[in-house]
Amino acid sequence: MRKLKDKILLGLLWFAAFLTVAVLVMIVGYIFYKGIGLISFDFIFGDYSPSGGGGILPMIVTTIYTIVISLLIATPIGILAAVYLQEYAKQGRLVNTIRFATESLTGIPSIIYGLFGAVFFVTTLKLGMSIIAASLTLTIIVLPVIIRTTEESLKTVPRTYREGSLALGTTKLQTLYKVILPSAMPGILSGLILSMGRIIGESAAIFLTAGTVAAMPASIFSSARTLTVHSFLVTQEAGDIELAAAVGVVLIVLILILNLTATFISKKLNKANY
Amino acid sequence: MSSIPVKKDAGEIGKANKRKYILEKVSGRVFLFCALLSVVSLLLIIGFVFYKGSHPFIAEGYSFIDFLLGSDWVPSEDKFGILPMIVASIYATIGALIIGVPIGLFTAIFLAEIAPRSVAKIISPAVQLLAGIPSVLYGVFGLAIIVPFLQNNLGLIKGQSLIAVIIVLAIMMLPTVVTVAETAIRAVPKAYREGSLALGVSPIGTIFKVVVPAAKSGIMTAIVLGMGRAIGETMAVILVAGNSLVIPTSLTDSIRPLTTNIALEMGYAFGTHQEMLFATGIVLFSFILILNFVLARISSKGGN
Amino acid sequence: MNTTVIDRKTATDKSANTTEQQTKIAVKDLNLFYGEKQALFDVSIDIKEKEVTALIGPSGCGKSTFLRTLNRMNDLIDGVKINGKMVIDGEDIYQSNDVIKLRTKVGMVFQKPNLFPMSIYDNVAYGPRMQGIKNKAELNKIVEESLRGAAIWDEVKDRLKSSALGLSGGQQQRVCIARAIAMKPEVILMDEPTSALDPISTLKVEELIASMKKEYTIVIVTHNMQQAARVSDKTAFFLNGEIIEFDETNKIFSMPSDQRTEDYVTGRFG
Repeated sequence: MRKLKDKILLGLLWFAAFLTVAVLVMIVGYIFYKGIGLISFDFIFGDYSPSGGGGILPMIVTTIYTIVISLLIATPIGILAAVYLQEYAKQGRLVNTIRFATESLTGIPSIIYGLFGAVFFVTTLKLGMSIIAASLTLTIIVLPVIIRTTEESLKTVPRTYREGSLALGTTKLQTLYKVILPSAMPGILSGLILSMGRIIGESAAIFLTAGTVAAMPASIFSSARTLTVHSFLVTQEAGDIELAAAVGVVLIVLILILNLTATFISKKLNKANY
Repeated sequence: MSSIPVKKDAGEIGKANKRKYILEKVSGRVFLFCALLSVVSLLLIIGFVFYKGSHPFIAEGYSFIDFLLGSDWVPSEDKFGILPMIVASIYATIGALIIGVPIGLFTAIFLAEIAPRSVAKIISPAVQLLAGIPSVLYGVFGLAIIVPFLQNNLGLIKGQSLIAVIIVLAIMMLPTVVTVAETAIRAVPKAYREGSLALGVSPIGTIFKVVVPAAKSGIMTAIVLGMGRAIGETMAVILVAGNSLVIPTSLTDSIRPLTTNIALEMGYAFGTHQEMLFATGIVLFSFILILNFVLARISSKGGN
Repeated sequence: MNTTVIDRKTATDKSANTTEQQTKIAVKDLNLFYGEKQALFDVSIDIKEKEVTALIGPSGCGKSTFLRTLNRMNDLIDGVKINGKMVIDGEDIYQSNDVIKLRTKVGMVFQKPNLFPMSIYDNVAYGPRMQGIKNKAELNKIVEESLRGAAIWDEVKDRLKSSALGLSGGQQQRVCIARAIAMKPEVILMDEPTSALDPISTLKVEELIASMKKEYTIVIVTHNMQQAARVSDKTAFFLNGEIIEFDETNKIFSMPSDQRTEDYVTGRFG
């Protein structure tokens, strides 16, 4: 009797795992199956044509803009904030408040970020629907990710490094940039790369702050669409699954490259770290 | 007595070091400022969304109760009731949990306890990777495969429905649930397992009676995170929900959850209509805050 | 408290015999608290210049805690409170706010070798560089002198640019000592410096300590009583946060005046 129950449970475990893998393989497989046919040099590097058949260069450029701008702002702030929390702050109410705020930011759905970006950056700061408004919104979205990953990697730096350096009559600041940050660098870098993934995958917040203009952005103050928003819009407006899937292929490949790079960096640098 | 000689000028700080101490103080302040920016951001987000969203009820005489419990959403006629969307969000989330959580948990248990190391080493990172794929693509897949499948097999006029949303969300939460739960299960000390096996409990029995209960708080975290992902998802849901403004009575009804209502109408809404979308955001926000609160309670319990 | 300026020479204890060195570090009624818990009780001790002073006692007796008050490393721990007097070269280090100056003057070697993940050269040059020394020739000279001073030069001179973490534990610990010497300190604190080393490396470090005494005032915490007997001139026995006895090392090990000291050094407890 008990043996039968065990067998059933074991069967269910195998079944569930099989189902999960099958479904996920199916999704990626389908996107590639549908989209790969459209992928060509012209598709990736060609300008968009509203009549169809064009490329997705404007969306790639827009995506790159949003990544670069939001990381340029969020990286220093996030790293220094993590440094404060891990290296400078005395545990207490202030630190708890900051931690609570950071965790809460992680849990806010992107549509709420979109609402905020629309009323704050787009309207109040008069940036209009633009790449810059979207990037600033994304900055807040990735900030907690960068803070958390940096904190995690700071935690892995042995305490003895700090003591060894401070005992030599150095300041905390010197210890930080000569010893602690270099040791924590692999972790921080993979955190940054994962943030890139988050920015690439983001849609709702960008949809409400950057708008949907399908053209090469003239500047960061132009409205434009990222790859992900493009994939959404061609599905919703035109039902063009093939095009959406082709954009999807580009997105999945990008995410794959980013993840592999992150793994590679943390493994390589951890080893190279003497 | 305390006759240790002390020089009078002893407390002086050397010039070179003085600069260092000033730099030290300034940098400490800069770091604090950076850390406070996340608090400022959170306050700004809450402030702006709540200010905009509460305006109709405070200054324009709309009733918040009617907003929550009204079943008609017709902005052109000044009717703003979001009950259908609240119900749709709750149904969709619960439905996705019912499907996604058991499959996700069983997969996590399989990967952590049953699968050969070499298999788990391939599948786990792959599942993790899938957590990073843009959610829009899940929506594209849903619209291209799941919706037509439902339409044909259930004889629906329109395949976009509550059940389509549930399936897409369940799939979408799988990577999150699997990854977090697997980590939690792997963290259970070996001694627990050995203790149970030594008492003659079967391996499977050990997993379900000892290992899983020991990983309870991590598993709860996985569920809450998956739930957060489901309730907050917007763009993928738009593609498969159908977006009708009715209170769903069956799995095959077309629905419009809270998130999609905001995304669909923000583009052209202005005035009170726009403020009502922010109010919709407040309701969604409240759901998330409750979830966060639950999560915080769970993780503080897990700490013990 | 009395802050009169007194010439250091006249300040030495009158009862001391003429061969006694000058007092380098004078500690009077030092108390230390971790939050509510008191870890050091009215510690008073005079540490003489260019001598090796060993601190012995069972685990948790406060000897390491005391050592760390000498270069204010305890400041790094939240909630530590200290009162009493700790005077180095006529300067009360807890009245002064210049921790950088203190720590350049009072170097430290830790329990486990804690070299940074950098080359041997960069490890030794780290402290001087942080003090603003950029001149290459000067740095080269400091590095060589320090490594020679730590009796490790011959072993590492051909691989100065390779990772310090590739050295054996004993070599690493001697590079740690070189790193401390590079700051040209006057006092070197050692917190069980050989506890992580094999017997041969331990012997090398002990020989090094004995030779370093000509130039530096050394305070060493050790678990190993033979080591204390071998390397130190004076020994202080700590128990439950108090100094029970402080005297010439020979006397502590041959005819201690306190029963508890005798019990400890003869291995009856601890």
